[in-house]
Amino acid sequence: MREVLYVKNINLKLRIWRQRGPGTPGQFTNYETGPLSTDMSFLEMLDVLNERLTAQGEEPVAFDHDCREGICGMCGAVVNGKPHGPQPRTTLCQLHLRHFHNGDTLVIEPFRAEAFKPLKDLMVDRSTFDGIIQSGGYVSVNTGGAQDANAIPVSQRAAEQALDASECIGCGACVAACPNASAMLFVGAKVSHLALLPQGQPERNRRVINMIRKMDELGFGNCRNEKECERTCPKGVAIRNIARMNREFLRANFLSAEEF
Amino acid sequence: MNLDARIPGGPLSEKWDRHRFELKLVNPANRRKFEIIVVGAGLAGASAAATLGELGYNVKCFCIQDSPRRGHSIAAQGGINAAKNYQNDGDSVYRLFFDTIKGGDFRAREANVYRLAQLSTAIIDQCVAQGVPFAREYGGLLANRSFGGAQVSRTFYARGQTGQQLLLGAYGALMRQVHLGKVTMYPRKEMMDLVTVDGRARGIVVRDMVTGKFESHAAHAVVLATGGYGNVYFLSTNAMASNVSATWRAHKRGAGFGNPCFVQIHPTCIPVHGTYQSKLTLMSESLRNDGRVWVPLHAGDKRTPSQLPDADRDYFLERKYPAFGNLVPRDVASRNAKEQCDAGKGVGETGLAVYLDFAEAIRRDGQETIRKKYGNLFDMYEKITGESPMTTPMMIYPAIHYTMGGLWVDYNLMSTVPGLFVLGEANFSDHGANRLGASALMQGLADGYFVIPNTIGGYLAQGGFGTVGTDHPEFREAMKSSSERIRQLLRIQGKRTVDDFHRELGLLMWDKCGMSRNETGLKEALAKIPEIRAEFWDNVLVPGDATDINQSLERANRVADYLEFSELMVMDALERRESCGGHFREESQTKDNEALRDDANFTHVSVWEYGGPGQSPVMHKEPLVFEECELCERCYT
Repeated sequence: MREVLYVKNINLKLRIWRQRGPGTPGQFTNYETGPLSTDMSFLEMLDVLNERLTAQGEEPVAFDHDCREGICGMCGAVVNGKPHGPQPRTTLCQLHLRHFHNGDTLVIEPFRAEAFKPLKDLMVDRSTFDGIIQSGGYVSVNTGGAQDANAIPVSQRAAEQALDASECIGCGACVAACPNASAMLFVGAKVSHLALLPQGQPERNRRVINMIRKMDELGFGNCRNEKECERTCPKGVAIRNIARMNREFLRANFLSAEEF
Repeated sequence: MNLDARIPGGPLSEKWDRHRFELKLVNPANRRKFEIIVVGAGLAGASAAATLGELGYNVKCFCIQDSPRRGHSIAAQGGINAAKNYQNDGDSVYRLFFDTIKGGDFRAREANVYRLAQLSTAIIDQCVAQGVPFAREYGGLLANRSFGGAQVSRTFYARGQTGQQLLLGAYGALMRQVHLGKVTMYPRKEMMDLVTVDGRARGIVVRDMVTGKFESHAAHAVVLATGGYGNVYFLSTNAMASNVSATWRAHKRGAGFGNPCFVQIHPTCIPVHGTYQSKLTLMSESLRNDGRVWVPLHAGDKRTPSQLPDADRDYFLERKYPAFGNLVPRDVASRNAKEQCDAGKGVGETGLAVYLDFAEAIRRDGQETIRKKYGNLFDMYEKITGESPMTTPMMIYPAIHYTMGGLWVDYNLMSTVPGLFVLGEANFSDHGANRLGASALMQGLADGYFVIPNTIGGYLAQGGFGTVGTDHPEFREAMKSSSERIRQLLRIQGKRTVDDFHRELGLLMWDKCGMSRNETGLKEALAKIPEIRAEFWDNVLVPGDATDINQSLERANRVADYLEFSELMVMDALERRESCGGHFREESQTKDNEALRDDANFTHVSVWEYGGPGQSPVMHKEPLVFEECELCERCYT
């Protein structure tokens, strides 16, 4: 491979949250990046920093990441107060340095929420999301008994709206953005996805009640209509999914126990 | 090494039925007495763990991500094939079977592929029942598209994120079993070793990636669904953590490795743009339906696309393959792009890219139509490169995408180690030398939802398992050797980082064992890899310690395995002195530079047996017998 001549370089100042482990206090540490290509992604910037820290005998910055295509939901940090950084509808891994200016200071810290326990540096434990899904975020069908896929028509509109909701990548940015650290966009997205489809109907009522109960139990807050979640969501999951969830919840609560 | 594929007798279309009847069953009340370990939670692993839980087995499922919703299956864009024939356009189980065999260049096993085509329809039924929101027509029925050059529309899709939606379906089923107490989930745990007792797989050793602690887990059977090894090239479309370690460790414990040199190179990826680059991003191959591929006619012509008149451009695919034009299969398109770049006609800063130009399509169909078709892909491209394909041609280059090779399995998906089953991309079985588009999701789910739940019962019902606990000497030995290896990696404290070694290995593999291979280059790689490996174990610098989160250590552990595995890949490529599918040996080509198979000598699966530390591996052959299909040449001119 030929050595690349960078078209444009910038220097950035980084203030990164360093924390050894869950029980130990953390603090911000300052780093100068040196010249970086503006074609570089944000996570590649952290890679470059980590290579340098390693060579200097320091511990690299721990951060979660995997697909680097904006779909696995593993990455995420707060950059200058915004989860996943300043670009709308963009995960941290898809954020590129061309959106910053030479000399900018970037304050980088983990997603903070009562229900996301810190692990190390920028990594947090989001297993509470799995806990919410376990409480009912699925259709209870065993493998093998399904009828022909075309037996029940589903309107294109319902299918598209369900997909809008189920595009959620489970990254947790909505929780980090919410002043109440609420998971209602995450829960609302799953409740909506299944409530909109005929396959989700048999468990529609118990699903919404169980998921909301679990969400409360795990220490997530409630929605106060700040809409920060919608603004932050890298997949553009809309706040109307929370409204739909609230309707579903009200509806389910008006039903008698036999209807569950 | 016993390579009996256990292909059932009888006509092709009746084999799976007959086999399910002949397999012994485990009584429902007895299933709770069996423990099964599933490693990996992508499509194959999640669907297997959920379904085995539904059947009543006790399942432990392990993954390296923080949640089982993140396996790399999630990144699959295009779709999933199924022989539903909903479009009434002539599709059938037999056609899907034949297309897959031919697409794989006649290097896959007929019985497995036929079963895959048969099961494809049930997968779609199951996913719809789970609430997977596939694309629909206005009338409410499922929509299909044609994909990857298929002549029928059999691909089901959910926008450009089919893999995500299918994985979320399997993940939901898995979470349900966790809730019901039939599956225990172990996220952020990485498999370090396979434990065999009396020749059977009886458990695994894992490392907790948060605490660094080693754990032993015993079971009656172990299922590996740990994906492919594309990251041996450092740069690929794989996720960063995708690795060969689980399958490689199983190989070292006796599992034969099938066709390791078979890798798929995808022609339409965003080119490498810098030495810091960490991964490559795929652009769906549907773009070639409207994009025209070209390079400047003269090497070294540095004018921008808008300054280059048509007369100074070479639309090389259209010129060389007038019948198929820009729609030639993945391997052909990839090799031709490389050929142009090697001749100095590549474009972009690195010279390692060709143009994919939509100007003519935009002139013909209008901006709106093209944007509607490809808008999300154009946005993704613009996000990464900062350029809009609406105004300037896209630049693309081939990248490593999928690995057809993997652990050898029989018809039951059992490896050469009894009790060790291998599913999805991790096994070698269904795609031969080249995988067709939209077939990976199909195979992962067929293996997990429908094959393993049947075949594992047949194995377990044979009985004869003694009580084996994690205090067994074999577990203690595996724990000891795994933790010693981790300590060793930390002790070296050399001068070069893990990524530095990985990048060096990746470049070597890409140059010598990538898109096109020849004997000289392969022999050079074979000489070079042990040198890199030796330096790695002498000079790698792994910071931090072993008792908390240490991502450098995780990577070092995986790269150490790549440094062993890559040698096997090269040996396999050297041994297979023919071209087939994605494996192009320069010595074996037609006068028009197309791949030339050698059916007389290479109609077999190459299965490699581990020879022991410092010893050469031993190659065995599973002959491929074609009873149904006639071997013919793939021709696209």
